[in-house]
Amino acid sequence: MANLVMFIILAVVILGSAVLCVTTKRIMRAATFLLFVLFGVAGLYFLLDYTYLGAAQIAVYAGGVTMLYVFAIQMVGKRSLQGLVERVKLSRVAFGAILSLVGFLTVVLVLLKNQFMYAACQVADVEVPMKEIGMALVGGDKYQYVLPFEFISVFLLACIIGGLAIARKEEK
Amino acid sequence: MVPVHYYFILSALLFFIGVYGFISRRNLIAMLISVELILNAVEINFAAFNRLLFPGQLEGFFMSLFGIGVAAAETAVAIAIIINVYRNFNSDNVDSIQNMKR
Repeated sequence: MANLVMFIILAVVILGSAVLCVTTKRIMRAATFLLFVLFGVAGLYFLLDYTYLGAAQIAVYAGGVTMLYVFAIQMVGKRSLQGLVERVKLSRVAFGAILSLVGFLTVVLVLLKNQFMYAACQVADVEVPMKEIGMALVGGDKYQYVLPFEFISVFLLACIIGGLAIARKEEK
Repeated sequence: MVPVHYYFILSALLFFIGVYGFISRRNLIAMLISVELILNAVEINFAAFNRLLFPGQLEGFFMSLFGIGVAAAETAVAIAIIINVYRNFNSDNVDSIQNMKR
């Protein structure tokens, strides 16, 4: 019961912030509402007893990505960041609303028609042990993930170099 | 315990709010923020599937974890591109970028 109440609070925070995030004209406010959405999603991970995932979400998304957005908004000039210029075309809004409504109805229909979710297990409210996660993350056997772990570190390095190469000022 | 389809409906709503933002906004950074919403919706789905339907395994957990890492990298590169676009076109509106070479 307590879980359900927490879920409803988190859902209201997430959905409300998401709607405000996509409808507000000012980019800085959109970034702030994105931060609330990310905190709400981290709360959902805590609710699912994936404490490590929630911590990673807060550290990487709320701590890193949002900072990146704020710096980018500050760098991308005065006119558009103060939210003065973004014109929203009504036809585009209508098209987006219709498309997302149709898509949402399709997805919910498919989900609720499907029977797989009635196999949901009753899981006890215990945290997934960190030892199990760590063993699976750096183990080399089946259902263990050392290869993607190493791959993503190389990938992040490539992204750092790529980001630097792209954003660098070209020398004349 | 929260019924499993509540998570799916929440993540579907979040996904399509992101789609709506992606279509209706014309600012590059706002579109990128909408993509973040979509990615988060997908990661909620992975985690909820894993925890509530297959609690003994960790595949969805790691999919979410690596998804977070990939999303962070994607954001960094995309913001570098946006800053470069702004430097070249003096605007961060998608409509102002007619061709990639000036």
